[in-house]
This record gives sequence, C-alpha cells and structure tokens, in this order.
Amino acid sequence: MKPTRTLAHRSPGRWLVLLGILVSALTLSGIAASPAMAEDGSTAQASEEFEYFFTGNVQFDREPLEGVKITVEGGGFEADAETDVDGKWRIGVPEKGEYKVTLDEDTLPKGVVVAKGEATVTAEFGLTKLKAVNFFLGEGERTTTNFGAQLLERVINGLNFGLLLALAAIGLSLIFGTTGLSNFAHAEMVTFGALMVLTLGVDLAWPIWLAIAAAIVLSAGLGWTLDAVIWKPLRKRGVALIPLMIVSIGLSLAIRYTYQFFYGGATRQLPGATAPKELSFGGVQLSWIDVGSMVVSVVVLLGVAFFLLRTRIGKATRAVSDNASLASASGIDVDRVIRIVWVLGAALAGLSGILWAYFRPGVSWDMGFQILLLIFAAVTLGGLGTAFGALVGSLIVGLFIEISTLWLPSDLKYVGALVVLILVLLFRPQGILGRRERIG
Amino acid sequence: MSSEVTPTSKPVKTTGLHIGEAEPGCRKVDPILIADGVTRTFGGLKAVDVDHVEIPRGAITALIGPNGAGKTTFFNLLTGFDKPDTGKWEFDGRSLAHVPAYRVARMGLIRTFQLTKALGLLSVLDNMKLGAKDQSGENLFRAMFPFLWRKQEEEIESKAVELLTRFKLDAKQTDYAASLSGGQRKLLEMARALMSDPTLVMLDEPMAGVNPALTQSLLDHILDLKSQGMTVLFVEHDMHMVRHIADWVVVMAEGRIVAEGDPYTVMENPAVIDAYLGAHHDSDLGVTDTEHVEAIKELIDDEQ
Amino acid sequence: MIDWIQIFSNAAQELISPTTAAYALAALGLAIHFGYTGLLNFGQAGFMALGAYGYAISVLSFGLPVWAAILVGIGASVVFALILGIPTLRLRADYLAIVTIAAAEILRLIFTTNTFEAITGSAQGLNGYKGSFAALNPIPKGTYGFGPFQYNEYDWWLRILGWTVVVLLALLTWLIMRSPWGRVIKGIREDEDAVRALGKNVYSYKMQSLILGGVYGTLAGMIFILPRAVVPANYQTSLTFFVYAILLLGGAATILGPIVGSMIFWVLLSFFSGFISRAVEAGWLPFMTQVQAGQLRFILVGVAIMLIVIFRPQGIFGNKKELAFVK
Repeated sequence: MKPTRTLAHRSPGRWLVLLGILVSALTLSGIAASPAMAEDGSTAQASEEFEYFFTGNVQFDREPLEGVKITVEGGGFEADAETDVDGKWRIGVPEKGEYKVTLDEDTLPKGVVVAKGEATVTAEFGLTKLKAVNFFLGEGERTTTNFGAQLLERVINGLNFGLLLALAAIGLSLIFGTTGLSNFAHAEMVTFGALMVLTLGVDLAWPIWLAIAAAIVLSAGLGWTLDAVIWKPLRKRGVALIPLMIVSIGLSLAIRYTYQFFYGGATRQLPGATAPKELSFGGVQLSWIDVGSMVVSVVVLLGVAFFLLRTRIGKATRAVSDNASLASASGIDVDRVIRIVWVLGAALAGLSGILWAYFRPGVSWDMGFQILLLIFAAVTLGGLGTAFGALVGSLIVGLFIEISTLWLPSDLKYVGALVVLILVLLFRPQGILGRRERIG
Repeated sequence: MSSEVTPTSKPVKTTGLHIGEAEPGCRKVDPILIADGVTRTFGGLKAVDVDHVEIPRGAITALIGPNGAGKTTFFNLLTGFDKPDTGKWEFDGRSLAHVPAYRVARMGLIRTFQLTKALGLLSVLDNMKLGAKDQSGENLFRAMFPFLWRKQEEEIESKAVELLTRFKLDAKQTDYAASLSGGQRKLLEMARALMSDPTLVMLDEPMAGVNPALTQSLLDHILDLKSQGMTVLFVEHDMHMVRHIADWVVVMAEGRIVAEGDPYTVMENPAVIDAYLGAHHDSDLGVTDTEHVEAIKELIDDEQ
Repeated sequence: MIDWIQIFSNAAQELISPTTAAYALAALGLAIHFGYTGLLNFGQAGFMALGAYGYAISVLSFGLPVWAAILVGIGASVVFALILGIPTLRLRADYLAIVTIAAAEILRLIFTTNTFEAITGSAQGLNGYKGSFAALNPIPKGTYGFGPFQYNEYDWWLRILGWTVVVLLALLTWLIMRSPWGRVIKGIREDEDAVRALGKNVYSYKMQSLILGGVYGTLAGMIFILPRAVVPANYQTSLTFFVYAILLLGGAATILGPIVGSMIFWVLLSFFSGFISRAVEAGWLPFMTQVQAGQLRFILVGVAIMLIVIFRPQGIFGNKKELAFVK
C-alpha cells in the first residue's frame, strides 16, 4: 500500500529503526513476510535493525538544534527522524545505494536557514555502513515556498500519479465490466510490466525504449495467457463471481510471492529513474521522466478512448459491458471481446507499472499490490465497470493523495483517499459517473 | 403451453366489484389497494405512470399488458422493492409510501417473483418456516436459548407440513429447494407466501416456466386462495388463464392503465387491442372480430 | 541429515497453539459473515487489529483491568462494523468487499503512522500489556506437558483460555445457526429479496451478522497478541486472505470447518516450511536459498486457495450434497 517508513525515536539509545511493511521484512530477515506467519506461532517480529545508517549532527552557532526533521528517500524507501537534544539524528536504510537526505526547513528555529540549495543533499555510502550527512546552516530569512507553488507542485504530481493509476484502473474496469470479475491479481499485472523492464533493460542491458516496448508486449501476452489458461475455462465451468474473485486473490498471492522468489525483496531502479529535476514550470521542478510519463499516459488514454468509441471492437466491448447476453444475441463474439479486454487490460497495467516504477521510484516485487487498493478505489469512485469513470476516479484519487499531503502527514496520505472512497459510497454509491441501475 | 388446461371445477366469478363505468381508474366497492399518481422513470423513460387504480378486495385481479408495459415495475413499487418518483398508495387504508419492503410484507401484502426465488441451499421445510411471521427465535438473543422458541417452532413446522401436503411437496421437505423443478419451486414460493396468512397475495407471472402438468394444480391453488378469503393480484401473459380465473382485469401499456373490466369485456376493448397490436391497427376491424382476439392470443403465446 | 522428529514436533505443536486458536476464531467469524450470510468481509484483519490495539491500549494507556480492556476492544469493533455496514449493506455484495478492505487498511495505516506514536507505538507497535492477564493465571509456576507439548504455566494458561473461547463461541454459533435467526441469515445468503418479501428486515440481520462475526475477529485479535507483541504490520490484507484460505479449506458454512481448517493449515504450513528449510540446509534443493524457501509457502497458500475454490468449493466439512448446487 505505501512506501515503507521507519521511525527514529527522540530518546537516545532507542535508535532501533523499525520496519513497517512487507518489503524490508522479507528482504532482510529471510523469514516470512507477514510476521503473522512467523514460524511456530511464537513472537512475530516485524522489526528489523538496518545494516546501513545515515547519521548527522545539526548545530547552529555550536548550539545543537532539537526537533529538526530529516527525511531520507530513495529506492522506493522513505523514512524520517527528528534530531535529539544533542542535535543528532540517525536513520537506517535497507540497502546500500544513493539516497536523498532532506532537512525540513520548517522545523528550524526562526532566523535559521540552510545554505541555499543544500536543504536536500544526495548521499551515498562509501566503504562503511555509516554515512555522515551534515547541513550548513546560516542566519537569514527563509524564503518560504509560497502556498500557490506548493499546491501547483502537488497538483502536477497528483495528475501524474492519477494518470498512471488510470492506465491500470481502466483495464480493471473493462475486465470488471465485461466479465464481472473483481480481479485482485491486477496488481501483479502492474508489477509484471516493471519487472520485465528491469530484466530486459537492466539485467540484459537492452536499450530502454526496446525494453519498455517488449515489456508491454509481454504484459499483453500475460493477459492473453491468464485468460486462456485460467479465466476462460472457469467461465466455461460456470463458476460464480464471488468464487472467481477469491480465485483471483489466490492467484495474486501466488504470483506476488513467485516474483519475490525470483527477484528477491530488494528495490531496484530503472535507468533514468533518478533523473534530475531540471525543468521548471511556474516554480515547479520536474524531470524529463515526469513530463514523459504524463505525455505517454495522456496519449495512451486518448488511444484507449478512440478504441472504445470509434472502433468496431471497442464498441463491441462496450456492448458486452452493458449487457453480455444481449451483445451475444446480436452476434458479438463475447469470448473474443473478453480475450481482447484481457490483453488490453494487461498491456495497460504493464505500462502503468513501468510508469509507477519511475514515479515511486523503484521496482519491487509488491509494487503493484501497494497501489491495488487505490486502483480499486478509483474504479469504484468513478462507477464500477465504466471505463471513463475509472479515468475520472483515478485523477481524483491521484490529486487527492498528493494535495492532502499539504496538510496530512505523508504516511497518512492513502488514508485520506480511502476515507473519501467510503464517503462517496455513502452518498453516491453508483460512483461519480456510474448509472444508478448498476448497483441494484 | 397451458392454453388447453382448465381448472378442474368451473370457478365461481365474483361480480359487482366496481362502481360506475368499467374504465381505467374506476372506483371499487371495497378496494384493498389504492394507488394514486405513481410514476417511476428509468433514465428519462417513464416505466410506470399510473393515475389511479383500485384493486378490489376478496377477488382475483389480473394485471396484463404487453412486454415492457411496466407491470413488474408497478409490482415492485407497490411492494416497496423500488421507490417511485411520485405518488401515494395505500393498502387496507394504511399508506405504503416510503414503507420498506419487509414492513409491507408484515402488513399482510406478500408477493412472489417472476424468476422464482426459492432459497436453494435451504431445505424445502426451512423455506416454508422462513415464511412464518412473528417468530421470537428470529431475535439474535432469544435464538441462543432454544427453550424460548421451541414451542412456536413446532407449531410453525406443523403448519408448514400441512401446507406442503396441500401443495403436494411434503415428500420433498428435507430436500434442498435447489433440487426442485421449476414448477415445484413456483408452488413452494406460493406455499411459503401463505405461511404468513397474508390478506393480499401478489403473484408475478405464476405460470411462467411451469410444466403444463403442474399448471392445473397451480390454478386450483390460486382459486383456493380466494375461497379462503384472500385477495389475489397477479401478472400473467396467458389470456386463457386470465379469462378462466380472474374476476377483474387491469390492462397496462407503456406504464399506464389503459383499460379495466371483467375478463370477457376487457378483451374487446379497443384500447387493449391497441396496446397489444400498436396504435395504428386498421380501425375498420370490428372490436368484436373474433379473429382479432385470436390474433392477440397468438401474439401473447408467441411472447412466451 | 534432516531432523524429522523436530519437524514433526514443531508441526504437532501448531495443533493447539494460540495462533491456531486465533485464526480459527477469526475464520469462524468469517464463516458467519461469508459462509452463512453471504457478506464479503475483506476487513477481518481490521477487526483483529481493533481487538489487539483495543486491548493493548486500554491496558497500557488507560490502565484498565482485563475485563474492561476486552469490552473496549469489543465496543470498538461494534462501532467499526456499524461504520462499515451503514453505507454498504444496502449495496451489492462487492461494495462491502471494497469498503471493508479499505477500512482495514485505514486502521492499519492509522496504527502505523508516526502521528499517534505516543499511543500506538507506530511501526514498532506495543508491548508489555500481558501482566494483568498473566496475573489471572491459576496454574502454578512450572513446566508441564507431554511429548512435544511442553509449556510453562503462561503458555498453558494462554492455550487453555484461547481454546475455551473458541469452543464456547463455536457452540454458540452452532446454536444460533440452528435457530430461526440462523434460518433468516442463511435465507439472506441465498436471496435477500426473497427474505425481504417474507417480512424480514434484511438490513438489520446483515448488520447483526457483521457485528457478531466482527466481534469474533476482535476476540481472535486479542488471543493473537497474547503470545507476541502488537505489531501493525501483522494486520495487512494478507492476514484476511489467510483467514479466508482457512475458511475455504474447512468449509465456509460449517462450524467445525474453520477450527479444523485452522489446525490443518498451520500444521501443514509448519511441516512444509520446516521441511523445505531443512532440506535447503541439507543441500537437497541447491537452487533455493533459505529466504526463497520462506516465500515458497506463500505461493503454496495462494495456489491452495485457487484449487480449493475451483475443485472443492464446499471445503472439507461442507455438505457433499451442496456441491451439486453450489453457484
């Protein structure tokens, strides 16, 4: 669901940095991921002491500053800590690599600022497992980024995130519309795209554009295979929707841990994922990757819209979504439409996964599962089974999550989106674009 | 299908139900159900638009009309399974507007469904017992203490067995309802509805999908309801059946009530012919033209 | 060489472990929801978290006695069930699924966030709430048992209490499912409109079912934390899925199913991972590391869920006759 966070405590001596969630527990401990599954049912350990640490000392005029917030970010991992009475801080990270260390200027006393442009530094480990990061503080008035610019930045990030969510959500929604299946294994289709790029583009060192194209084709192939091997036979058996949904849960679990089996628990980066943010739009810093990601999403979404609205097979898809038996009676090959929807849905999910790998940034075995609930929320918000509803729902979820971080702590940002989901269901259960009849 | 089947005994028709002309919305001597200005639209399409209708007490009323006339929707509105956009309607003098479906049922207005809703993985006997009203064991806290409800349960069971025997389902009482044939499920659903001693029984296409061998017994059971003092309102396509057992016929088309009357005269009403054949039929055709009525019948049979 | 005795002994211990009891109870709650009423509750992990945190926070932050802490947990889960049920129980079944899964995640994120660290201990969780429970232990100090089942007084107290709760609630469930209440509940599972047409307040019954099964989950959450610490990472969606796996294994609409399902699940899992891990150690599976051996069982659980649903949807204890009619 969310990037792993750890917490460092203010009291000295309790520098145990703890793990929250799946990723690192599995990576490092080698025991079961969910501590609920800890062997012999005895004490479950979710906590894990990290091997690598960043540390530092925040002082101004030789006086230690307490309560200054430091954030470490990188490889899909994010953690923060506050300085203690002595101005010291320490943050553990799961693996050796490049991280961005940020000092939150808002937590500095009045009249103290970080030297310009150095509030965020990029740090890497040398030969030791400990790396010191220090900030140069000076007197001066901080020019606070005004609220408008912050908001704009959040909005752009939100749009970016929303668009990539939409790619996955539309596939999920089309599959739901044509087959009635709430496909929990959609998350693994998202992860698949990113993993394939990692394999082809990094491990096999193909050119990145080729790796991405191949990954999307392979994703489409995965969709074809899943439908041919699992879903079509189950439809033929007449398995009802709820058992089908539970099958997809089992499938999701099996595929997810198969990924982990082969790829391990670490987060790895795609080429260019940590590109510098060198473009500036109205005070908002963006990288070429950000811009490219949004352009790709928009172009692909327009393509999907064209497909659904203008092409014969797209119209047939919508007809099957509306009423499968009627569509079948009017000569539409429902099985073929469903097969195409699976292929399309999987290709879109794969692309979404690739973009998600750049947005987080990082590729990991459970990256799709982290956003599965958000994809479901987007689909439900827009109205179950309507492709355009899924797009609107995704943008709302993306924007809401990013904008809410202006007020909510970032480890609660998904909570806001999920609360909104429940509220929308309370007042408009058919979703924003859904038709009332669908819910009965 | 069931066209050749007639009830074993010639049914006794109830007459003199209405006041004044037998026209759409006419008043009844003793109405049990009165609907006023009930409308329901689906996406701009008016599915039901009933100005006024009264259902006579103690009689068998048939609600007929071509497909898409809004009969089932009207049924759903009357029984609280759907909410109308406007209108008020009352049952036995009590308003039913905004009353949820389960309360409507508790007032004594029990319905069945076009597609039978036998509870498949419950035994036939359990299906029946579920129909009984005011069971103290249906309260979660009392359910934990069997001695509080065992006596009532025994009474319900003997009543259920009695009804099952009447409907010739007693041999199947321990079977899952899912194992019954379509016709047996219809019978079960009707028998289950009777467990609560309703005053008005609303049957949505009781004959649809029933094996001809069972049609006769179903017809007899419906007539039986009347002789036990219940009021029956049913939706049906089969005109022969309507003519044989209905005392009063209400015709719907395009959401409106277009005609009312006893089953023999209503078939000759031009509005009814309009409804079934479309408004532009040749007006030269006499309404008494028997061929025309035959055409209607054929049309109706085709629909099934 | 592989230490078979150790593997078997570890597996046998799972039979009566408090974790097995907790999962059995949580699955029994899901049986009420899913098996009997047809409610797709995917938030059982949330109910368990409420039990765990409700108990631990009551004891640690408010110093409440054991009975009051239990009541707090139950109260919290009743409120949670109401919040979940009010918007969704009138809607189609899959909406409840999405809302429950989302609500359980909301709870977990709230328990994990740094914002409420003082109360929840954030990602580190909570510890040190077992004193008052241990103080109620009537068993004198010492180690008791036979064969592989050798435990100290606290572990026995835990096992006895946990399984007593499971047995009592199983009896209660058996009782109410044979009552007219249970009949209505099962009727709703089959077709709620039909039940509504017979004059039953379907909404109210679904709510009662949601609350009752949720309270089972909450009690399961309390049993679950007594042999370990409260850690938010335990209450992920996959916890709910494991409980579903147990439920489906045993039979969704049965009383014994969830209990025996839990025993089979844990014994097999312990045996399997014990065997694989030692086989890797012994070099029998050269292509696999210890870490991968740990992941293999998750794959296995996933595959098992699929196979059960497809090939034996009624579970081990489900009525064979039902199979012909399972939708």
